Amino acid sequence: MNLNEFVQFTILGLTRGSLYALIALGYTLVYGVLQLINFAHSEVFMMGAFGGLIGIQALIGANATLMPVGQALIYLVVGMVFGAVFGAVTAWVLERVAYRPLRRRGAPRLAFLISAIGASFFLQNLAGKEFGRLPQYFPAFIDKSQPVFQIGNQRMNLIQVIIIFSAVAMMIGLDLIVRKTKLGQGIRAVAQDAQTAALMGVDIDRTISRTFVIGGLLGGAAGFLFGMFANVSFNMGFLPGVKAFAAAVLGGIGNIRGAMLGGLLLGLVENWAVLFIDIKWTDVIAFVVLVLVLMFRPSGLLGERLGRAA
Amino acid sequence: MTFAAGGGSVGRRDAWYHKPDVRRLGASLGVGLVLALVTGKDGRSGHFGSGIAAALGGVRVPSFLAVGLALWGVATGINRYGDEMRRALAPATAARKRVTGNATFRTTSLLVMLVVAIGIPPMLSSFWQGVLVEQVGIFMLLAVGLNVVVGWAGLLDLGYIAFYAIGAYTTAYFTGTLPVQPPIVLNPFLCFPLAVLACLLAGVLLGAPTLRLRGDYLAIVTLGFGEIVRIVANNSDGITNGSRGATNIPHFSIHLLGINYDWTLNSLPYWYLIMVVLAVVVLLFFRLEHSRIGRAWAAVREDEVAAQASGVATVKIKLLAFAIGASTSGLAGVIYASKIGFISPDNFLLILSISVLAYVVFGGMGSLFGVMVGAALLTWLPQFLRDYVPATDRNLYIGAILVLMMIFRPAGLLPARRRRTELSLHDIPEAETVAVPAPGSMGGSI
Repeated sequence: MNLNEFVQFTILGLTRGSLYALIALGYTLVYGVLQLINFAHSEVFMMGAFGGLIGIQALIGANATLMPVGQALIYLVVGMVFGAVFGAVTAWVLERVAYRPLRRRGAPRLAFLISAIGASFFLQNLAGKEFGRLPQYFPAFIDKSQPVFQIGNQRMNLIQVIIIFSAVAMMIGLDLIVRKTKLGQGIRAVAQDAQTAALMGVDIDRTISRTFVIGGLLGGAAGFLFGMFANVSFNMGFLPGVKAFAAAVLGGIGNIRGAMLGGLLLGLVENWAVLFIDIKWTDVIAFVVLVLVLMFRPSGLLGERLGRAA
Repeated sequence: MTFAAGGGSVGRRDAWYHKPDVRRLGASLGVGLVLALVTGKDGRSGHFGSGIAAALGGVRVPSFLAVGLALWGVATGINRYGDEMRRALAPATAARKRVTGNATFRTTSLLVMLVVAIGIPPMLSSFWQGVLVEQVGIFMLLAVGLNVVVGWAGLLDLGYIAFYAIGAYTTAYFTGTLPVQPPIVLNPFLCFPLAVLACLLAGVLLGAPTLRLRGDYLAIVTLGFGEIVRIVANNSDGITNGSRGATNIPHFSIHLLGINYDWTLNSLPYWYLIMVVLAVVVLLFFRLEHSRIGRAWAAVREDEVAAQASGVATVKIKLLAFAIGASTSGLAGVIYASKIGFISPDNFLLILSISVLAYVVFGGMGSLFGVMVGAALLTWLPQFLRDYVPATDRNLYIGAILVLMMIFRPAGLLPARRRRTELSLHDIPEAETVAVPAPGSMGGSI
């Protein structure tokens, strides 16, 4: 192992890790207010990727060619907005259809999980049916591998910078929303004690709904970025979803900063592991690390912190 | 909801589009449109509008909107006149309950089912016999095992299929079909105890450090374990033959005391073998459910702290549930390996763990009979749909059925008696205070 390789894999790890973190935030937010795993969040991510792809193709066509960087960045932001909106709409519908009726009936917790699994099957296959089952690529309107700056003699290319930058920006935004706004206050109140929050005048249904939307915005944007980075397909959500869930647990589920830390850490560890062992074992590494961490810190690295400011 | 706060004015809450009838109409029409999409043509890659346009084009939209409207009519009718209908049907319901609660009725129905299980399969085509063994039978066994872990002990296990894999690979090892050779090559029958042993060991190894974790952490750790087992099987070429898997695992055979019988490619004998194994397992579990151990599981599931305070050795009792569930899964693994004769890591994907969990919850967690029915129905359904819907759309329907089922019958198809009671208890205060959303009260049992 030399320093160059280390830097290279660190960059890769940060890129991947910031995507995991964005998705993990969706899991952790929903866990905060409902204490349940939103198993269908991976499909929110997938729908975000398709949303971005559909938006971009509608605007510049499927065979668009390279654009000047400034113009390309504008389209990139537009695509991300499309992805985020698609993700948010998916998450909102999901909450309405697969969660709220169960909540009204006081269903057992596992029923929520099964409902989410069903919704996940449904959304995945609906996307496959309507949008085609082959992997699809974004039009090459931006030179993704254009080097931006150098660390040592390792270049960091454009797409990596974009992913890390936008992920960090969104995470700071989320942190501000949760800490400073009235909505954030409501989310924290519901996470701490839903019934008391209701007595204090917090509209629980609306808060939960909006929490899903926020998670969907982040997940959808992450889906778009992931699609730009790799490709878009109807079953793209599964693996990143599982990893991001692991990341959320790693950081301490329900803990917003924990999810960010867990995501970045998981991405880094996965990529650093490549330095030492064969690449085919990276998925094992992610889970082994998770199991080890949980054995010694049973509620995640930063601990569960339902409802406290981030 | 009268004390709405957090932004919205009271007036908006009373707007016409918030009226229950209008909302129900919107939902019904939405269902109609989704139905139109689901049954429509496939879209083409790169032409995003094409599938949707074809699905909603021409007369399809009005006709499916009509379906939605009809749904709305039914839903409104049930809402308006449901209570009266229920009251009118009350004598019939009571009579039905009297009959179904009757001990003789239960024994008779059990006997009838036994006769069906023995008598019908020989009349089926070999395809359906195969389905019965490879899908229905195996997954019934798996569901009964997972029911101990999830339904009784309340531990969410998302890596259950790993034990199935361990059972199958144990069989492959001891029948000498892996690259590493065993000390002695055995008949698959003798693999049953060995697989159970291996799974017990794996269950305890996984459980001992992790069962201290609470609910969802346990879920992710078991999920991780399942993936680790699969990836290790996939990557250790020298031991498990990697992604190529083990081939030519021998079928079961008996050569004992003058009896010579070989299970062959024919599925039927396997069905009877599974029935015997299932019967033994179910009988044992039935006895277990109301034993001291079964009651301890219920206590741990309902309130772990209280159980511990009452002197239940919680970690030990959870470990026991884990190990018992794991070994049942191992039995299924042995049968599967010997029936198919070929296993590879692709037989043990995470999605299977999730499916088995779905079968258990669908059938009714904690109810032995329920989980078997759930598994049988949900494994039969995709094969049944094969003739009617394109293969690629099957999971679409299954997903929709799972969601609908959980919305309308959250305790499952045939809920366990204890859970049914819990849910009906929940309904009483809910009916009195319709307007108050109470998500805090959904914690309860796992």
